[in-house]
Amino acid sequence: MRYMPHTADERVEMLAKIGVGSVDDLFVDIPEEARLDALLDLPRHASEMDVEKNFRTLAAKNVSPYSTPSFLGAGAYQHHVPSVADHIIQRSEFLTAYTPYQPEISQGTLQALFEFQTQVAMITGMEVANASMYDGATSCAEAVLMACRITRRKKAVLSGNLHPHYREVTQTTLQFTEFKADELDPTLTGSEDFTSQISKETACVVVQNPDFFGRVEDFSALADKCHEAGALLIVVVNEIVSLGALMSPGDMGADIVAGEGQSIGVPLSYGGPYVGLLATRQKFVRQMPGRLCGQTVDQEGKRGFVLTLSTREQHIRREKATSNICTNAGLCSLAFTVHMSLLGETGFTKLAAVNHGEAATAADALSAIDGVELINETFFNEFTLKLSKNAAEVVEELAARHVLGGVPVSRLIPNDPEFDNMLLVAVTETCAESDLTAFVAALKEIL
Amino acid sequence: MLNKQGRPTQPAESSTEIGQGSETYSGNKGLNLESPLIFEQGLDGRIGVDMAEPKQVESRLGSIARKNPIGLPDLSEPQVLRHFVRLSRQNYAIDSGFYPLGSCTMKHNPRINEKVARLAGLGDLHPMQPTSTVQGALELIDSLAHWLKTITGMPAVAMSPAAGAHGELCGVMAIRAAHEAKGEARTRILVPESAHGTNPATAALCGYKVDAVPAREDGRMDLDAFAEKLGPDVAGVMLTNPNTCGLFESDVKKIAGMVHEIGAYFYCDGANLNAILGRTRPGDLGVDAMHINLHKTFSTPHGGGGPGSGPVVLSDALSAFAPVPFITHGDNGFDLVEHQEGQAEKSFGRMKGYHGQMGMFIRALAYMQSHGSDGLRQIAEDAVLNANYIRVGLDDLMRSPFEGICMHEALFDDSSLKGTGVTTLDLAKALIDEGYHPMTMYFPLVVHGAMLIEPTESESRQTLDQFIGTMRYLLEKAKAGETEMFEQAPRFAPRRRLDETGAARHPVLRWVPETDEEEEKLSQAS
Repeated sequence: MRYMPHTADERVEMLAKIGVGSVDDLFVDIPEEARLDALLDLPRHASEMDVEKNFRTLAAKNVSPYSTPSFLGAGAYQHHVPSVADHIIQRSEFLTAYTPYQPEISQGTLQALFEFQTQVAMITGMEVANASMYDGATSCAEAVLMACRITRRKKAVLSGNLHPHYREVTQTTLQFTEFKADELDPTLTGSEDFTSQISKETACVVVQNPDFFGRVEDFSALADKCHEAGALLIVVVNEIVSLGALMSPGDMGADIVAGEGQSIGVPLSYGGPYVGLLATRQKFVRQMPGRLCGQTVDQEGKRGFVLTLSTREQHIRREKATSNICTNAGLCSLAFTVHMSLLGETGFTKLAAVNHGEAATAADALSAIDGVELINETFFNEFTLKLSKNAAEVVEELAARHVLGGVPVSRLIPNDPEFDNMLLVAVTETCAESDLTAFVAALKEIL
Repeated sequence: MLNKQGRPTQPAESSTEIGQGSETYSGNKGLNLESPLIFEQGLDGRIGVDMAEPKQVESRLGSIARKNPIGLPDLSEPQVLRHFVRLSRQNYAIDSGFYPLGSCTMKHNPRINEKVARLAGLGDLHPMQPTSTVQGALELIDSLAHWLKTITGMPAVAMSPAAGAHGELCGVMAIRAAHEAKGEARTRILVPESAHGTNPATAALCGYKVDAVPAREDGRMDLDAFAEKLGPDVAGVMLTNPNTCGLFESDVKKIAGMVHEIGAYFYCDGANLNAILGRTRPGDLGVDAMHINLHKTFSTPHGGGGPGSGPVVLSDALSAFAPVPFITHGDNGFDLVEHQEGQAEKSFGRMKGYHGQMGMFIRALAYMQSHGSDGLRQIAEDAVLNANYIRVGLDDLMRSPFEGICMHEALFDDSSLKGTGVTTLDLAKALIDEGYHPMTMYFPLVVHGAMLIEPTESESRQTLDQFIGTMRYLLEKAKAGETEMFEQAPRFAPRRRLDETGAARHPVLRWVPETDEEEEKLSQAS
């Protein structure tokens, strides 16, 4: 077996040195009745060539959104990943290192994390960010727990237009704690009214921008309302490219930003691994979950970086920790940092402008079709269409015509007739003119 | 009690002679190349990604178009590439050397796994594509689930948890949901003192009181103390097996029986599954739930701290409570159950966005297929062989707190360093100078000055011999009173010891421009 270096003779010699007769003697602590004598009922080892063939066969049974017109979004966005980003995360020294517990020989990972934290803080308009969370949805749940700790209050209010997975993950996470989250209903008309929801018990209000239906909104007034009541405003951003074109949550007065960073540098990969972003104000940092990288100096006075404030974390605080999280999304955060570095201010704002331009063009073209109505007054690169037919069925028919024509809202908000004909359509820089033409033609045929 | 000895580190009072006289103008030294922060290298107007000009359209951004600059630096592609290549060279990694970090299973990460994870039609699938267009992806996840269930002898598996601790959360939530379904409000979870910190933190997040069970003289959980703590208010036990001392809990079946007798559930922390692959199955040991760290046992890269993946195998008693989504087999092939209704009526909910860490699933399945049933068993055998080889190679100089055969990792305490003035931390830093990544230190907490060495099956005998030789050399130096090399260590790393205390006292968590309003704003805030 190519991954294991010992020869049969070496194994015998090593067993002799250990002072046992056979390898079975190393496993005597396993209760006799639970020991396996035969091999597991699984195939024997395979060559690299055969393994590759197996995966090519599986891949051939899927439709790649990069090889066909594709307009999928709903929290995960198809963008171009620069080859430098993918190359860097395959560098052995980044790929096969672990958590930087020994900072003297982990400065590469640590400096990259410090740069990541800075980039995330900058684009969200916040003062500090952590070294990443599992994904946007778990980051949202952790942000709510964090707000409850900070305010010592027990109730969160979730916008109905927050991504349904984010709402579900938050509810799942809170269900066995002393905290509770009230949800508003998703709505396609107008702004939500949080006034009646905010009280002296409210720890936080959670909104999303752009929201699940693609609309953008200024939450500055809501931030003021929250602060007057002693509550925090959490703003979720799951299309992070939007921040190249939009006022940042920090500028609106958000206290915590929970985001999904997948759009920058991270492949779609059927939903994971992604990179959760969490940013906040400096004064709340000790209530933050997850790893934090900080700047310091070494014995010779050279600048260096270490993991810091670890007294918040489970390996020190155990059951009193701010979170049970140990792993972060290290390599994905590196991909994010490399891609963001390549973009810079000029590229990031331009990428956002390109996305907005493509989306506006597509929205105009699609809404000109009979039986299609654009719901959004505002959007960044994703919008909701009301179709004259059931959207889930239309999406299947589009797929039969080799167009991945968006996400039916009913897939995420089932059993609500109001949304049955609603289709979420995302348009990014990867959309070619011919893709839009194909989409329009197919949709005309179906409706 | 938490052992704080040796941590955090303090820089020495004065600078040392080592660095003096060897300064260079550039700050670089030969192949040791520094790179300033990316923010210190930018110049407005450069770009590292070319793209078409934006279409001129009527803005749909309403009133919130961005007005202020962000402050990101502009760089070209070669600058960015060089920056990150330079940074990479300041990292230790498995590919470059021996990384015996106990309880982390730092094994070889095969490159075929990286290759297949990037195939068009696997790495680039969108999570919300119609299921008719991702049948191969669902088949892949289903196939991985089959391997995991067969390896562990368990009837069900929840695939979505994103990491080990997230898997723990999944398992304990299933336990709580099962008790609630029976109308029982149990309040306590028993956790051995030697457990990973994630165990008690997870139990707390599920609303349970954590009751610590002491260890016996032989490093296993104290069964008498355990029996005394059992009661009708106990929801379950969280036991790592093999445990964090590198030992197999030989009373595991008895423990499972005692837990089940009082109507509680047995959560097994599967962090150390590597040691028992193909030699025993958790399902035969009475386990109700166990997470599997795909990034440990099944070689998905650790990536500097993540991403991980932590599927959880479940017993029949708990499987109905598994989180959504999961895969079913229908008339039209594979399908996804994504909501808490129908078949998933009892599900405790959703743990993350979409369907789990697909990128890690691909790599783990490629790893399993490469090994097959014969290779998986060989993994456990060689991992345990290597750990014991290190144990006997050092046991005349160092003290194993627990006698006898160990599993996949060898544990030593610091009694061999007593009176030398050298601490576990110093020894670890001296290993850095010798070109190794140190072992896990000061964990498990139940052992004084613990050093936990996990070589994994990937290492050759020659590597182990050289490591043993190095450890012996260092221990002899320490015992001979040659402490300076320890106090000064690391001398040959990209950085000397770093001021961790200072970092925590005055946290600097981001770069700020030197003369900027931003800085003023920040200093006002803090």
